[in-house]
Amino acid sequence: MSPLGSMRVQRWTPLSVGSVAVSVAVLVLLAFGPALFSPNVIDKLTTLFIYVLLAITWNALAGYGGLVSIGQQAFFGLGAYAAVRLTHAGMSVYPALILAAILVAAVSVPLSAFMLRLRAGEFAIGMWVVAELLHLLVNLDGLIQGETGTSLIALDAYSAVARRALTYWTALGSMTVLLVLLLVLLRSPTGAAIQAIRDSEEAAASVGVRVLTTKRVIFVVAAFGAALAGALWLSTTITFQPKTYFSVQWTAYMIFMVLVGGLGTFEGPIIGAVIFFLVGTWFGADGVWYLIGLGATALVFALFLPRGLWGWVDTRFGLRLLPVGYRVVAGREPPAVPAIQTPHIRS
Amino acid sequence: MNLLAVENLQARHGLLQAVRGVSFALHKGETLALVGANGAGKTTLLRTIAGAHPASGGRVRLNGTDIDDRPAHQRAAMGIALVPEGRKLFSRMTVEENLLLARAAGRPGRWTVDAVMQAFPNLQKRRRHLTAHLSGGEQQATAIGRALMTNPDVLLLDEVSLGLSPLVVDQVYAQLESLMASGTTILLVEQDLRRALRVADRVMCMLEGSIVLEGAARDLTREQVTEAYFGLGRATVAGIPA
Repeated sequence: MSPLGSMRVQRWTPLSVGSVAVSVAVLVLLAFGPALFSPNVIDKLTTLFIYVLLAITWNALAGYGGLVSIGQQAFFGLGAYAAVRLTHAGMSVYPALILAAILVAAVSVPLSAFMLRLRAGEFAIGMWVVAELLHLLVNLDGLIQGETGTSLIALDAYSAVARRALTYWTALGSMTVLLVLLLVLLRSPTGAAIQAIRDSEEAAASVGVRVLTTKRVIFVVAAFGAALAGALWLSTTITFQPKTYFSVQWTAYMIFMVLVGGLGTFEGPIIGAVIFFLVGTWFGADGVWYLIGLGATALVFALFLPRGLWGWVDTRFGLRLLPVGYRVVAGREPPAVPAIQTPHIRS
Repeated sequence: MNLLAVENLQARHGLLQAVRGVSFALHKGETLALVGANGAGKTTLLRTIAGAHPASGGRVRLNGTDIDDRPAHQRAAMGIALVPEGRKLFSRMTVEENLLLARAAGRPGRWTVDAVMQAFPNLQKRRRHLTAHLSGGEQQATAIGRALMTNPDVLLLDEVSLGLSPLVVDQVYAQLESLMASGTTILLVEQDLRRALRVADRVMCMLEGSIVLEGAARDLTREQVTEAYFGLGRATVAGIPA
């Protein structure tokens, strides 16, 4: 049963209807990408889709759920590792990428029983500790050979052209599914409960919201998204080195994309991912200056646009392209009782 | 039978024992005011009863059922509603959304959005406004309305006058008195002794985590409560000489 019982949530405007229609058209066009674009463009778009996956799932966790984690690389690395293990066991590569993410999501359920008892900074640091622990555990696997790592050899079963197209479609499909999943989740009564918990956990519990269960939903979804991104990244780079996949830089990238795009907005992280992708494409070869530039950009946004680009647009113009929100409407209410007559409050 | 029975309740904040062996009963339709200086343990006691803070000992029974091991959301579903200190509204939601979220408790009853709007008419024109943009009085009315939407057996009110101007406090209390008159059972934390003595059926005074004075509001003088408030004279505990 939904944690909120008989309520429903709605937020559709003409603008959001149009935006969803345009988004669907763009996704359909992108589905024909391998037939339309050059191999280089396909590779870059695949990277962009993975960035979007990382950004939207971290935003769901931190921006909507209030659970700021700096250890999402735990799931990113674990997703890639699980894919390596599944393919080593004989599974086809692309189903293995999806199954790896599902397995990591399953692992995140018992993990959530411990981690969600931590609050604020404790949770953030705790997740980083979990990532480091998982990194060390993965290093113990003989197949991985410590920090030497291994490769996704099973990709040899595909030609370079087929591999590029399949990876692209898997990334596009994963991004689309996660976007739709989050859209549906955040528009549901559970989504309203998630945002209530972010505003005040105590108040949410005091009116009957099942805090731990609701937080677990968003925690597991975020773990699934990060794991899927990790498995997909493996299919683009082929090599798996634990140090790279369990690096905190992945969470730093997520935070950058979400802060620049707009924390707690649905549109913002997508815009943030595009900005991060463009900056990486144009300046990624500049080594340390690229990283300094990223840091400086994050600093400028934190100082002058603390709600991010879309957060500013939302505040300034009240624009919401996608119908995410918490227009909570009761399904059916019992008849009202006779009124208690009370005076107006003036303040 | 007592609606709410608290027996030897203990609660800690780390090494600090905030609530020390508190016992009392709350009867149906009664308003019990809990007074005491800052740090006396009033808020911790309320939060412990609501399940928002873990008890380190003792029992809490609602309608004769032990609820010690029940989390906060289950206690809400069983009939305990907390209006927390500082209101703690869902600030990025509208008044109506705040109220409707309280349906999560899943308790049928007389309180609906329309009933809350009738009880707090000042909210009617603000029902689709974000609560972050409301005045303090409107926010407090929303917080009380949100708690009522769970159709509680017991309403726990923590410092409803906090941060409000005297005029607005008067108006909030006028609304509360209407609730009390309608038979709502209320446990009220209040710093203002005069107001507590005026609206409550019974008054309890806490000092350093313990109940140091308890009695019917009509039998207590402001001086008696003030002495207990500051620990000057622990004259009576539940009417028993110290």
